[in-house]
Amino acid sequence: MALMNILNTINHTLDQEMERDDTIVVYGEDVGHEGGVFRATVGLQKKYGKERCFDSPLAEAGIVGTAIGMAINGLKPIVEIQFSGFILPAVNQIIGHAARMRNRSRGKYHLPMVIRAPYGGGIRALEHHSESIEAMFAHIPGLKVVIPSTPYDTKGLLLAAIRDPDPVLFLEPKRIYRAFKQEVPEEDYTIPIGKAKIVKEGKDVTVVSYGALMPQVNEAVKELEKEGISVEVIDLRTISPIDKDTIINSVKKTGRFVAVHEAVKSFSVSAELISIVNEGAFLYLEAPPTRITGFDITVPLPRGEHHHMIDSARIVAKVKEVVKF
Amino acid sequence: MLIDKFSPLEGKMLSIMDPEGNIIEKDLMPQLEDEKLLELYKMMLLTKVVDTKALQYQRQGRMLTYAPNRGQEAAQLGSIAATEERDWLVPAFRELGAWLYKGVSLEQIYLYWYGNEEGSKFPENINMLPVAVPIASQINHAAGLAMASRYKKEDAVTMAYVGDGGTSHGEFHEGMNFAAVFDAPLVVIIQNNQYAISVPRHVQTRTKTLAEKAVAYGIPGIQVDGNDIFAVYVAAKEAVERARRGEGPTLIEAVTYRLGPHTTSDDPTIYREDEEVEEWAKKDPILRFKKFLINKELWSVEQDEKEIEAYEELVNNTFKKVENSKEVPLEDIFAYQYETMTPNLVQQLEDYRQYLEGREK
Repeated sequence: MALMNILNTINHTLDQEMERDDTIVVYGEDVGHEGGVFRATVGLQKKYGKERCFDSPLAEAGIVGTAIGMAINGLKPIVEIQFSGFILPAVNQIIGHAARMRNRSRGKYHLPMVIRAPYGGGIRALEHHSESIEAMFAHIPGLKVVIPSTPYDTKGLLLAAIRDPDPVLFLEPKRIYRAFKQEVPEEDYTIPIGKAKIVKEGKDVTVVSYGALMPQVNEAVKELEKEGISVEVIDLRTISPIDKDTIINSVKKTGRFVAVHEAVKSFSVSAELISIVNEGAFLYLEAPPTRITGFDITVPLPRGEHHHMIDSARIVAKVKEVVKF
Repeated sequence: MLIDKFSPLEGKMLSIMDPEGNIIEKDLMPQLEDEKLLELYKMMLLTKVVDTKALQYQRQGRMLTYAPNRGQEAAQLGSIAATEERDWLVPAFRELGAWLYKGVSLEQIYLYWYGNEEGSKFPENINMLPVAVPIASQINHAAGLAMASRYKKEDAVTMAYVGDGGTSHGEFHEGMNFAAVFDAPLVVIIQNNQYAISVPRHVQTRTKTLAEKAVAYGIPGIQVDGNDIFAVYVAAKEAVERARRGEGPTLIEAVTYRLGPHTTSDDPTIYREDEEVEEWAKKDPILRFKKFLINKELWSVEQDEKEIEAYEELVNNTFKKVENSKEVPLEDIFAYQYETMTPNLVQQLEDYRQYLEGREK
């Protein structure tokens, strides 16, 4: 056991798995010598050599496209897209090929590869450094989309992603990369992809979120419990494939539902969650299922971004509204 | 190295056999056994028959959209013949000759164009990727395959194909650049057939040749007469050997011409003159190879006719099998999205099955 933040955990997990499995190669922009702009891969080149951890040319389609070729030819590439906002040139490869190769070849080829990308806002960054576009990829059959929210989960989910036989987009909550530390076991463990976690049981309302907003949700819940509102908190952990059962069972118990995410509202993960609740727990509902999300706007630059980001006060207000309905 | 002697920047193009089947560069002529020559020629003939028939079937409403190869047989066979069984073939979508050479069955090829994914499930021993429809995106896969071979210290080479239009694409650039930076054992064949659907070659790029793009990647590039199987073979062989020795990628531009339409949905009379097509028909790669073989007394007009007849029968019989093939099983359209079906997929399949059963009652 060691105390680690999310970033340390990514580094520790990559290290441990590279040691165990020499088919793993790690690359991307600034990933090798520098160890990544966030230092997630620091030390790996020194330990495993330039063959296994290296800097690539500055070209996202090339990074993902070559990873597809490598995965077909027996390797397990783990590539980094420096910010999820820069992933767009690689979409032709991710959606056009990575998601389809197994089906296209009727199972002759499959792609055990991981695309890591820090996502989300609240870090006072330049344009294209704060996006939360998980729904875009969750919409695509053949992809898996995973977002951890704690150091412990990061290790278990990242190991599961690396060992998954299909391509996984591993979106990292960069806003909380260094926010807090947790005991992370030294030993090997995985957390199943496709399973949500009930963070806290409750009986009045179900609140579902994921990734960088979980600390805000937990803070809001403390506030709400003081006022006598019992909240069941679910951390999705995996966006796709989504864990319907955990959501539906929870809402059957609480009768109320609030989804929370910083991504824009329309056509989002919360839209899918509310559909799941309506299809699976409609007759148990005491109030319309609802959500608190980013606005349908381009992520504002830092001087206006705070309006777009969700804080615990807004979650508290929304949950009270639903409980009072 | 031969490739160094034919710099595209100096306007040089490698050519060994003229359109009359005469060898104009005797010193460069590859040492191929008679048996190999005949194998390659026959495969070109088969490619032509498979292609011509596919077009006919499509016109009869029996085949879906098809991308013809007529005119490009030498560019495909000449290049793939320089590879070994363990090498990787990364096609674009118009490489019928190369697929057949690689050992993909005709039945499977037709099954693909007939609209069935089983057509892309190649046998285990065939190192070939399925068709990549998004133009030039396969060059990145090819670079990755080759990088992996290098990482594993295997001596397999990857041979990838792209069209003239594909060289305009960012993915072509990214793939070439990755392969060059990491010394990947890759050979990229540009089948410059002069048109990307309707857009002529000169609209794709300001450069005089496509081969000279290699200069920007710091790798060798050569332009060859793509209708001359010997020129294509010699350049490809040298590039493959270079790659196998660990000396990195090569770019080969095979100058050829698509005698047919882009696909069966295309009407080429809109964008090119009959005279142009007639001029290129005189440079037909099969015709010139045939003249060469007849001059060498390895082949005859009678043998040619007999062979074509036999291929026509083979092709007709194969296509009949494909026409009688089973529909894709319902489970199969769900089963290959992931290794294990997700709960959503399981439920969607189950709901749909119940609906179908209810409808039958």
